[in-house]
Amino acid sequence: MEEFMRKRGTMLTVYIPRELDHHFAQQITGSIDQELERGAVSQLVFDFSDTDFMDSAGIGMIMGRKRLLSYSGGTVSAIHVNDRILRIMQLSGIYKHIEISQEPVWNHRKR
Amino acid sequence: MEKKNEMVLEVESRSCNEGLVRIAVAAFSTQLNPTLEEVTDIKTAVSEAITNCIVHAYDTGTEKIRVECRNEQRELTVVVKDTGKGIENVEKAMEPLYTTKPEQDRSGMGFAFMEAFMDQVTVESEPGKGTTVTMKKLIGRQNPVFE
Ligand SMILES: Nc1ncnc2c1ncn2[C@@H]1O[C@H](COP(=O)(O)OP(=O)(O)OP(=O)(O)O)[C@@H](O)[C@H]1O
Ligand SMILES: [Mg+2]
Repeated sequence: MEEFMRKRGTMLTVYIPRELDHHFAQQITGSIDQELERGAVSQLVFDFSDTDFMDSAGIGMIMGRKRLLSYSGGTVSAIHVNDRILRIMQLSGIYKHIEISQEPVWNHRKR
Repeated sequence: MEKKNEMVLEVESRSCNEGLVRIAVAAFSTQLNPTLEEVTDIKTAVSEAITNCIVHAYDTGTEKIRVECRNEQRELTVVVKDTGKGIENVEKAMEPLYTTKPEQDRSGMGFAFMEAFMDQVTVESEPGKGTTVTMKKLIGRQNPVFE
């Protein structure tokens, strides 16, 4: 598995790079989708700990994966989101569709 | 001291240039002493405009994107120009969530972010000829004038 992804049980965690734009989204989307198509993912978690820049391409990438997972009833969340990225998520309305947490990862509530 | 400067960049419409142009314009803007927040606003807006040239204007090949930047007093102007396919209905294109490529993970938020993070965004476009996006932002609004 690619170094920016980790799978534990049915939870797939994707570690987002420092900057998430159209260029980087294109590079990681293929591998994420491959993993989702393999099935057995019920929770997709985007970890933003290292990320300080995201534009609309990030919103498109997250919503696209949310759409893929919704067929199987899986959930999508974003964790370790900084204030700036939270603002982008709020402006885009994506916060209505995914769970967003600014908490440290060890406090992340498992469902 | 007169605060005036200009920069012109021309890059090929490759996605690896999104980050390059974003950083170049951000660096140029630092001559106006922006806050970190303002720099990120500029980076976001520039990223959106450049990505639109790559994803929409030149969706069938690699062409040139021209970026003109101007610092004047406390205002930054960024002009992003392509000679690509153009936009039929600019007003509609600028509506939040409107996209002509929903199948490609587009969210239709590009223009909305440009407008949210810059003070003024104007779009001139002609189908078949190309698109020019002009963005302006007043820098250091929260600082007293120090000239
Ligand atoms: N430079 C351009 N040339 C041609 N068409 C454009 C250009 N910029 C924008 N458009 C058109 O305007 C629409 C809206 O652009 P906008 O950036 O708001 O959303 P998007 O690019 O579709 O999605 P997102 O930016 O969220 O990835 C696009 O779908 C496209 O049809
Ligand atoms: Mg766009």
